[in-house]
Amino acid sequence: MQYVIIGNSAAGIGAVEGIRRVDRANPIILVADEPYPTYSRPLISYYLEGRIEETGMGYRPPGFYTENGVTTRLETKVERIDTELGQVVLDTGELLPYDRLLLAAGSRPVVPPIKGIDTEGVYFFNRFDDVRALRSQVRHGCRAAVVGAGLTGLKAAEALAHLGLRVTVADISPFVLSTILDATGAEIVRGHLEESGVHFLLGTPAVGVTGIPAAVAGMKDEWKNLKEKYRKVLVRENRVDSLVFTDGFAVPVDVVILATGVRPNLEIVEGSGIAVNQGILVDERLQTNIPGIYAAGDISEGWDLVTRERRVIATLPNAYKQGEVAGINMAGGNAEYPGGMQMNSVNFFGLSIATAGLSNVDDPALEVVTRVDSAHRVYRRMTLRDGRLVGFICIGDVGRAGILTALIRNGVPVGGWEERLLEGDFGIIDLPVEVRRNWQLA
Amino acid sequence: MRRRVVWKEEACIGCRLCEVYCVTAHSRYPGDVLKAFKRDPDRPVPRVVLEEKGPVSFALSCRQCEEPECVKSCLTGALGVDPARGVVVVDEQHCIGCWTCIVACPWGAIRPSRGEQPVAIKCDLCLGRLGIPACVGNCPNEALQLQECGKEG
Repeated sequence: MQYVIIGNSAAGIGAVEGIRRVDRANPIILVADEPYPTYSRPLISYYLEGRIEETGMGYRPPGFYTENGVTTRLETKVERIDTELGQVVLDTGELLPYDRLLLAAGSRPVVPPIKGIDTEGVYFFNRFDDVRALRSQVRHGCRAAVVGAGLTGLKAAEALAHLGLRVTVADISPFVLSTILDATGAEIVRGHLEESGVHFLLGTPAVGVTGIPAAVAGMKDEWKNLKEKYRKVLVRENRVDSLVFTDGFAVPVDVVILATGVRPNLEIVEGSGIAVNQGILVDERLQTNIPGIYAAGDISEGWDLVTRERRVIATLPNAYKQGEVAGINMAGGNAEYPGGMQMNSVNFFGLSIATAGLSNVDDPALEVVTRVDSAHRVYRRMTLRDGRLVGFICIGDVGRAGILTALIRNGVPVGGWEERLLEGDFGIIDLPVEVRRNWQLA
Repeated sequence: MRRRVVWKEEACIGCRLCEVYCVTAHSRYPGDVLKAFKRDPDRPVPRVVLEEKGPVSFALSCRQCEEPECVKSCLTGALGVDPARGVVVVDEQHCIGCWTCIVACPWGAIRPSRGEQPVAIKCDLCLGRLGIPACVGNCPNEALQLQECGKEG
């Protein structure tokens, strides 16, 4: 039995651990295009601000691959999957035969429709290499613009502000974190970030990055002969110098970060016969339409137990758990994925935010209860459907929020005591006694 | 194999000595309650949660789940299972305090530590500190016990 895993992040690592729960012996080959051993992507903002060093980035300890009998093929691109012959074709032309294959190649950043984004000084914020390059370019007093006020963009903004940059965050949406927060929550978070020194330009699309990209770029060789002071001027001109908006307004910048979401890396399955929608379609065992081939993580479109539809859920916990289930099944075990849900926990300048499920959806079929204390930046919003919790927002106090997550996951009826969920000290003791007694079986 | 602290609701009187001795055991003065509370400027938060409502009370701590949501959800890999000792552990050096584990734990058994850069804190069964967990050893009513179990969660 030969296992091949494409991807070296949470889903790929989850699969290694899943396989090894069932099969300690057969070899695993793990292919990834990045050169690094598995690292935690959310840590890149902490690396940027210098809170952790490269050695602290590991998602697993250094001996992980050896201990689990994994041969890594890093810095290796997959050209295509040959499902007929059961082999992965690498871009070097080399063939990797597999008996069980996991597609866990993740996602990549959406390229926003902004002119001039190939100008020097424009970065994505998804991979370790992105922040390594960025870290060498930013210093105290620089001006940064972040396009996209989602989780990634705001973590980038926080790190840059900590480094002493003047940071502007722009988004098409009039609200920050618009995919997970409602207007009330978004205003609290924006207020907190503004107070911490981040500037916002919301509701106006950015349309272009200006600098002098192409014209001067061709002269690079000649620069070497110039005196240092002239060369400095040219180098600066070749870099981004402003971010322009639809209304003509422009912000002067030294660096631009693009963080407008991610989409699945579907190129590797093109022409393979593996069925896709937004992501690779998988069943409850995380198998694709082709037996022996599984998919997990950001690349996959699996069951969402809250929205009750197949959906790409691009969060790390979901990726790990899908990977683990896929791994168990690849090794001949029998595991079912009960379905995932959107679940995020993040903090900015000390303000904690936790959301899960249908956190910000307004729909007549849903009942919403809220409690807000804007002065103390504390907010709770519970969303119910048919008397059961299907989503929440907790800002300021996220203590024990996992009990709420479990209420969603287990579909516990909460009708009649939903107001209690709004209190920060909500605990296990507040569950109806029959629910509490069975909690460990849930 | 997992080991965990279990409670007997009918025996718990909500005296909170479990919290007191948990704090003491994880303080700079593990053997001295008075010093722990009076002299340790960084006195830790308790890793056990006393829940109380009317006559009902119990002291809840990490269930050391067989399928731990916190470990699977951890963004950095700081949470893990120590298979030899049957306990879910946090590498505090590696934790960034994102609280994904807090949002994942169905028991609400993980809390933030105090300090400038808080990290996830949970029951470690006093392993490497005491023979039996401090809460178990000091419960006046034997409402807490150390249990070895096959499956959980």
